[in-house]
Amino acid sequence: MHISRSIEILVGLFVAIGFVAMFFLSMEVSNLSSVSKEGGYDVTASFENIGSLKVRAPVSMAGVTIGRVKGVEFDPVTYEAVVTMSIESKYNQLPSDTSASILTAGLLGEQYIGLEPGGEEELLKNGSVLELTQSAVVLEQLIGQFLFNSDSE
Amino acid sequence: MLNYFQRLGVSSLAMLERLGRGSLFFFYILMSIPSVIIRPRLLVAQMYSVGVLSFSLIVVSGLFVGMVLALQGFYTLSDFGAEGALGVVVSASLIRELGPVVTALLFAGRAGSALTAEIGLMKATEQLSGMEMMAVDPMARIMAPRFLAGLLSMPILATLFSAIGVLGGYFIGVGLLGIDEGGFWSQMQAKIDFDQDIVNGLIKSVVFGWVVTWIAIFEGYDAIPTSEGVGRATTRTVVHSAFAILLLDFILTALMFGDV
Amino acid sequence: MGIDWGNKLSETNALIKLRDVHFSRGSKLIFDGVDMDIQRGKVTAIMGPSGTGKTTLLKLIGGQLKPSSGFIEMDGQNVHQLKHKQLYQLRKKMGMLFQSGALLTDISVFDNVAFPLREHTQLPESMIRYLVLMKLHAVGLRGARDLMPSELSGGMARRVALARAIALDPMMIMYDEPFTGQDPISMGVLVQLIRLLNDALGLSSIVVSHDVKETCAIADYIYLVSGGKVIEHGSPQQLADSESEWTQQFMQGMADGPVPFHYAAKEYAKDLLSARGVK
Ligand SMILES: Nc1ncnc2c1ncn2[C@@H]1O[C@H](COP(=O)(O)OP(=O)(O)O)[C@@H](O)[C@H]1O
Ligand SMILES: [Mg+2]
Repeated sequence: MHISRSIEILVGLFVAIGFVAMFFLSMEVSNLSSVSKEGGYDVTASFENIGSLKVRAPVSMAGVTIGRVKGVEFDPVTYEAVVTMSIESKYNQLPSDTSASILTAGLLGEQYIGLEPGGEEELLKNGSVLELTQSAVVLEQLIGQFLFNSDSE
Repeated sequence: MLNYFQRLGVSSLAMLERLGRGSLFFFYILMSIPSVIIRPRLLVAQMYSVGVLSFSLIVVSGLFVGMVLALQGFYTLSDFGAEGALGVVVSASLIRELGPVVTALLFAGRAGSALTAEIGLMKATEQLSGMEMMAVDPMARIMAPRFLAGLLSMPILATLFSAIGVLGGYFIGVGLLGIDEGGFWSQMQAKIDFDQDIVNGLIKSVVFGWVVTWIAIFEGYDAIPTSEGVGRATTRTVVHSAFAILLLDFILTALMFGDV
Repeated sequence: MGIDWGNKLSETNALIKLRDVHFSRGSKLIFDGVDMDIQRGKVTAIMGPSGTGKTTLLKLIGGQLKPSSGFIEMDGQNVHQLKHKQLYQLRKKMGMLFQSGALLTDISVFDNVAFPLREHTQLPESMIRYLVLMKLHAVGLRGARDLMPSELSGGMARRVALARAIALDPMMIMYDEPFTGQDPISMGVLVQLIRLLNDALGLSSIVVSHDVKETCAIADYIYLVSGGKVIEHGSPQQLADSESEWTQQFMQGMADGPVPFHYAAKEYAKDLLSARGVK
């Protein structure tokens, strides 16, 4: 059977549009453009309470996302949560006494990790541990404290 | 009572038999795929009738689904003061669920039923038998190119659906409801993960393309070769495809997103 | 009937040999031991009432169906012991004209005739055009090359299908009821074409039909099939002179005879009464 040239062109166009749509979804809609997949380095930090922090939550410094939470584990010895973060390799100039705190975006928003730089000369590298951490603010505890305090007055 | 169990037994046996025949049929199609690779023009012709002809339906549906999602999402989110997350809501629901599922349902109605009717009529008018007698294998010449075309077209159409839907959401959210444009895109980029969301959505659409095309071609090939038989086979294609899509979507969603 | 096939037949140089072919559809026995020889270069007719399985017989010969026992040989090859590839190779030597024509409905007359050539040969398009026009000319439809199958009359569709069937220059053509539903003129054209093509191209032909007059006019040899068996066979003249009542009834088209007018039923009076619920 002979198929006409115009059909071939239309099919070619169809496939091309499919690729354009895929490119659009990958680059404009997803994180593919913002997070380089390889070349990150991992650091860990222990928290007393991580609240509702999830894997893939942003790790940011000065409001800029510089990495993602890679894993959350429970340490049965210290009873603390151990969070592994993957920091993009271009941000490899962070001092080793950088501190990490779990913050909330907006009142009900998602939780993320905010990093505060310290003053050490030494830099963070793969496998480093962040010693200074601040746990998540748990809303229920906060309200409880508030009620307790107002009662005692 | 015995009668009831007897009938149940008979009908489940019949179902098993159909499943067996369908699987064998699928196996023969697989065996015939090399002959399509040698003659890609057959595939191009089918990509036209299976894919290109479904194009406008998918684009229009995607646009409207995206716009409706934005409207509905906006009113719910604004109660929490979280309109900024509209882009995330629209794109996540499109890419993970609605893109693959709605596209597959529309695809079953548009391309699947057409495939069943076409092949069923070819059988009823002895075109398939005629081909066999001309020493042309209908599996290689008719079934395999259509199967491949369906398998390739579905992910393209689903991707298109999601992309157009996101744009529709953008027009409504940013253009009409006045959400901040930067926030719309940046929150989306922050939350939609390439591996987790886009790749998984793509896998879903390939699976749906496989199951819809398989059902459609098999129903046509297995149809009773009368106009009534072909009509019924066409209906069955749409109904069975819809069931298969929704069931598989549940299973795939549980497997893919269950632990996040 | 007491036909003694003996060794005599298996020695013949027939193009197609059927020996003791049995075939059933589900529980329904369609052939119960059929023996036939289709001679080279001849037009052989297979006649019988509707539903006896004439189409089924052609599909058995073409390898689309498999006999439950017995065998069918074409040109020295057992059709049903061939591998998929070999069977398709053998089919290139067969042409078959289906009752409906079985033209591909989405392509033109020209492309239909070109179809087997394009599928099976690497000929350049100019050569294909030449061959297609030649085959279409042979059936008198060179002018209809650009029509779509839906634009053809029934007789024209069969002629196009015939042109397509001879496209690969087969050794043999099988015609399934070529005359059914044709007006007298197309019928005459088809009768003439079948004979002409058979002799001019040196083919062997099998014509399945129940049109006695037309079939007798072109057939060299006739098999009468009924109830799963070959009832009688011979030249048209021999059959016309047959003493068998059944043969006479069929050849002359009488309503009642050994083949009853009534389908098997209860006694008429009883049946009418029971319809009112009276036992
Ligand atoms: N696909 C089929 N499935 C079941 N039975 C069939 C099928 N095709 C034909 N038959 C039955 O086989 C018998 C022979 O059919 P056929 O060969 O078409 O007869 P003929 O061509 O002599 O009119 C008929 O009784 C018909 O009902
Ligand atoms: Mg018939």
